[in-house]
Amino acid sequence: MIEAVLTLSGIGFLASLGLGLAAKRFAVRQNPLIEKVEEVLPGVNCGVCGWAGCSAYARAVVEEGAPANACIPGGQEAARLVAEIMGVEASQTESYVAIVLCKGGTREAKSRFEYRGVSDCKAAMLIAGGGKSCTYGCLGLGTCERVCPFEAIRLAENGLPAVDEERCTGCGICVTNCPKDVIRLAPRGMGIHVLCHSHDKGGQVKKVCTVGCIGCGACVRICPYEALSLDDGLAVMDYSRCRECGLCVDQCPTDNITSLIQGQPKSHINPDRCAGHAVCEAACPVDAISGEPGKPHVVDENRCTGCRICRSFCPVGAITMGNEE
Amino acid sequence: MRSLNTTRKVRHFRGGVHPQDRKDLSRDKAIETLTLPQRLVVPLSQHIGAPCEPVVSPGDPVKKGQKIGEAKGFVSVPVHAPTSGEVLRVGNSPHPLGRLLPAVEIESDGVDEWADDIHCREDSASLSPDDLRGIIREKGVVGMGGATFPTHVKLSPPEGKAIDTLIINGAECEPYLTADYRLMLEEPEKLIGGMRIMTAILGVERVFIAIERNKSEAIEKMKKNLGNDPYVEVAALEVKYPQGAEKQLIKTLVNREVPSSGGLPMDVGVLVQNVGTAAAIDQAVRLGIPLIERVVTVTGEGIREPKNLRVRIGTPIGILLEYCGGLTEGPGKLILGGPMMGLSQHTTDVPVIKGTSGIVVLPPSQVQAEETQACIRCGTCVRVCPMNLLPNTLGVFATRGLLEQAEKFYVLDCIECGSCGFACPAKIPLVHLIRYAKAEVLAKKNRS
Repeated sequence: MIEAVLTLSGIGFLASLGLGLAAKRFAVRQNPLIEKVEEVLPGVNCGVCGWAGCSAYARAVVEEGAPANACIPGGQEAARLVAEIMGVEASQTESYVAIVLCKGGTREAKSRFEYRGVSDCKAAMLIAGGGKSCTYGCLGLGTCERVCPFEAIRLAENGLPAVDEERCTGCGICVTNCPKDVIRLAPRGMGIHVLCHSHDKGGQVKKVCTVGCIGCGACVRICPYEALSLDDGLAVMDYSRCRECGLCVDQCPTDNITSLIQGQPKSHINPDRCAGHAVCEAACPVDAISGEPGKPHVVDENRCTGCRICRSFCPVGAITMGNEE
Repeated sequence: MRSLNTTRKVRHFRGGVHPQDRKDLSRDKAIETLTLPQRLVVPLSQHIGAPCEPVVSPGDPVKKGQKIGEAKGFVSVPVHAPTSGEVLRVGNSPHPLGRLLPAVEIESDGVDEWADDIHCREDSASLSPDDLRGIIREKGVVGMGGATFPTHVKLSPPEGKAIDTLIINGAECEPYLTADYRLMLEEPEKLIGGMRIMTAILGVERVFIAIERNKSEAIEKMKKNLGNDPYVEVAALEVKYPQGAEKQLIKTLVNREVPSSGGLPMDVGVLVQNVGTAAAIDQAVRLGIPLIERVVTVTGEGIREPKNLRVRIGTPIGILLEYCGGLTEGPGKLILGGPMMGLSQHTTDVPVIKGTSGIVVLPPSQVQAEETQACIRCGTCVRVCPMNLLPNTLGVFATRGLLEQAEKFYVLDCIECGSCGFACPAKIPLVHLIRYAKAEVLAKKNRS
């Protein structure tokens, strides 16, 4: 009995001694910073930074002086932490989110034929470009859902992918994998989007989809900030100019332009301050403000879209949005 | 030299399947010429390679055989007006590939008047190989078996690659189709004329006319018309799909293997040309007639009167269907080409192009979609693959996106014959998966 215990303990002791020595003798020397950097990265190995994975990127940051803000999924936070570890200035990175530029789900868009092939958008592209009548539209076979490393995309009931903004990091993997180029990156937080990318003529769009952009230009004409323009029969949004007034949303005849903003605050005129200049009345694009000159004006909340144009015109600062002070 | 004009014992290639051939629907129907349609849509891209540039504009009058699209680059051929009339429109139109592609729309004037520069040639026997190749190209001749590869390119082997064997492919192994069969029966002299021109260009010593054994009348006809030519052998082949595939034919007839990864028949000294192409070469060289019509089999259980039709290129297929009595039931499936490798269509507006060998119409009752089940690892697909690939493994690689692995397992060598998918008891869409993997591998190669 005692011999057995001694023998096993002896073997154990010798083995641990050997392992301990080997660990010392053959230790791989690596800059400890690499490990630190790797720890603050998300660890999804998506490859969007351009390196093979998170540890390759961490090594590149430490040894080759790669930029600290290349990790898009990690975003602002990772960039700040990496810069802190490396002792450099963190440069501002803009955050993006994926957006699906198609609103034609199973109910809205027509089909040219019944597709019975492999359930994958890229495979469907090989069969005459997929079954959807609109050659620009989302095929809805979920390639983006499968490639997203953050599980931020799932196919909704209408057969179109829905992006979970909280999970989406704007890495752009879905964008490069979509064979129809229907996914784009938009600056995070933007609330108004043109959800179509068909360059077909209006008549053709109407034949194949009830919610496509027909290129009528109504949104371009109404937009007070010149954020919208027509590009070969398609309205295109310049996000740097859009101020989310929402006028185009009401104007769009096919309901394509979509506002993701919940409960846009309406304007409110403080009667104590309003001197009745009527500037706001002239400025309001939807005729929601009325009143007699020289007397306090009122806003028709049913008409007001919350565009805030009146507020910028009011010379006495009498207009507030919703509950803001 | 020993006379080759005899039938040797049946030879084999590995793999292959035996689908019901259903050639009985149209094999005894003599070729009819379709009445000239009012409107023709002639795509500018009817061949593999660079599309043509249009050389006519709307409103221009055109004559039959006049060039309307100029070839761009070496691997490209011009297209010609199939009849006389007026150009209505030059723009995107439905194409058998399923997309809208540039085409010239012509309204026929009903006169069908030839262009001035089309005339017979007395001196065709004394032309040099380069002149002959030039004529074949100018007359827009492409491979008419379906792949539409420009014929003059195949007839121009690069320096150092000698071709010693010519195979005229009359196997027509695709089920349903009988266009090549009828051509061999009714116009053997054209076909043999084309064969002699190709022999002259290449200076080959051995010619095979390859025909499957089930077309015994065609075999007899060819033998009779060839007379006692010691260099030409009419080879009766085993009835097996894909017997008419280039690489399988070469293996069967001369027992040579085309090297994998982009090897061509010319690498093993062989040239394979379809019987239709041979006839088109004959017409182009002897009579100066460009490729403006072809024989199309309209068949299938879904069409009232299956027929073999001589049709002008650019005729919308709806007109052919109507001429054949229309559909028996509602539309089930409409395939341009054969059922194994043809392209399904979703509209009857697409025109007949140079590579359209047939239109197969299947009724709805015959095209029930079958549920895909899990692979049971029976290995049938491996056994039937004529290219010695592992379709099951390639399918898994495609599903999982393992493209590098797929490339290592020679996915690019797949000829997409469809044998694996046809034989699979679990109804796995193997060809579609492999085509997807091929497209992705090629896209990746182009990027890097």
